[in-house]
Amino acid sequence: MRWLRLLFFLLIVRPAVLFLLGLFVRREDLLPKRGPAIVVANHNSHLDTLVLLSLFPLRLLPNVRPVAAADYFSGDDTTLGWIATHLIGIIPIRRRGTALENKRDDPLRPAGEALARGDILIIYPEGTRGEPEKLAKFKNGVAYLAERFPEVPVTPVFLCGLGKAWPKGERWPVPLLCEVFVDPPLRWCGDRAAFVAELEARVAAMAKLGDFPGWDHEPSAADEKRALDKEEGEQGGGEAGRNR
Amino acid sequence: MRGWFDLSPTLLAALGGIFGLLVAASLVIWALRRAHPEKDYTELVLRTKSWWVMAAIFTAALLVNRVTALVFLGIVSFLALKEYLSIIPTRRADRRVLFFLYLAIPIQYYWVSIGWYGMFIIFVPVYMLLFLPLPMLVIGQTQGFLRAVGTLHWGLMVTVFSLSHAAYALMLPAAPNAIGAWRDPHTGAALMIYLVVLTQLNDVAQFVWGKLLGRRKIIPAISPNKTWEGFLGGVLTTTALSAALGPWLTPIDLKNAAILGALLGVAGFVGDVTVSALKRDLGLKDTSHFLPGHGGVLDRVDSLTYTAPLFLHYVRYFCY
Repeated sequence: MRWLRLLFFLLIVRPAVLFLLGLFVRREDLLPKRGPAIVVANHNSHLDTLVLLSLFPLRLLPNVRPVAAADYFSGDDTTLGWIATHLIGIIPIRRRGTALENKRDDPLRPAGEALARGDILIIYPEGTRGEPEKLAKFKNGVAYLAERFPEVPVTPVFLCGLGKAWPKGERWPVPLLCEVFVDPPLRWCGDRAAFVAELEARVAAMAKLGDFPGWDHEPSAADEKRALDKEEGEQGGGEAGRNR
Repeated sequence: MRGWFDLSPTLLAALGGIFGLLVAASLVIWALRRAHPEKDYTELVLRTKSWWVMAAIFTAALLVNRVTALVFLGIVSFLALKEYLSIIPTRRADRRVLFFLYLAIPIQYYWVSIGWYGMFIIFVPVYMLLFLPLPMLVIGQTQGFLRAVGTLHWGLMVTVFSLSHAAYALMLPAAPNAIGAWRDPHTGAALMIYLVVLTQLNDVAQFVWGKLLGRRKIIPAISPNKTWEGFLGGVLTTTALSAALGPWLTPIDLKNAAILGALLGVAGFVGDVTVSALKRDLGLKDTSHFLPGHGGVLDRVDSLTYTAPLFLHYVRYFCY
């Protein structure tokens, strides 16, 4: 299975990500080079995981594990579940309030075990793909993990454009460019709420750097920033005019 | 199928010339860096490296056979269209329409490959124009309809229809009215090399003349770095180069080669500025970061989107 996964990424995922999507990564060198580590990203598309996994060298691939909802992805009986488990290599989490919930067990236990093994975890704190190209509120599971493993670096990543290439609810992806922003890693700061707020702020700040517009008639973070810049520019121009 | 071994000596010399120029450029940059170690030449170095890679892929695609050359140009169209669709605002409802836009690329290049000029020349401007609104009508979102149908078709015209004219130059020898040297199967490759090399050299010449002598801004609202000196120097250089290259490499005579050189120089400038206006409207510096030092594919082929159709039609009407 390990070889199948490597071949799947080498022959299918990487060429597709490079040719059909096209990647531009800013500050790629800030990505963790060894585990244990946590990568935190915004989530708009199934492509997010494929793109993030393509950013790591093949020798690290067996240790890079996306954390995903067990109720959605796991089980060999569905195609999606089989792909997620064997090719993508997810760590299934039994979410609270779903049929698979185990009340006596900590839902984050498998993620903790992976970190203890030295794996690199990919976590989407928004919890779901949500609205395309929009940031949702972060959940605090990642803070519980960071608290338990205070020495593990947490690297915030922002993915731009994939919510347009393949948003939730669409059957097929279309080829569109994708931009990836990487921020310097964070360490556990001693407070869960503050930690999640810091992560959220970092990702939101990177969202303003994105080049690609959101859907027409549905403004994205980049559009709002552009509108703000324009307003400031006009105000600046006005002041300069008055000075003259 | 034409293989590398039966390319004409002139064509091989022309291809060799491209690499000779690259060697010269690399040496000049190396000397500049030695003479001024304090200056930053990173962008120039990146740009030249990208030129090497582009020239190598272009030459390889041409050397193998006509099909690989057409596939290569189809891929350039695909990359340029993908950039365009990524940077313009689109409606979520039009995702399916984007599929059809991509699908138009293999179809358009198929018409080129079978040399069906009539279909090649009307497929995008007429049939795609008529077809594109249909999926939008089925989806039924009228808000933003005009903008969507206009921007999507314009992008298809620029990145697929215009660029496929460079591919059609490869097919010209098969045209029924071709006579004499025009029927020579090497002529297609020669015309394509002539068009692409002159267009790209024109870009470089305008850049270099602008850097050396540039003073009077030509179009400050769109491209503040473009000057009259760069524009005129580029057009004159391209005209001279064209007059020298045309009659040697292709069956085009001296008079037409000189006119074509001036035409390519002016058209290349307009294409460049058109894409600059697009980027300015969208608040971008480059269309992507695909080619280090250059920006995106659309930044590189912007002048070709104007020169390719004008070149093809000029040659078809005046040189045969």
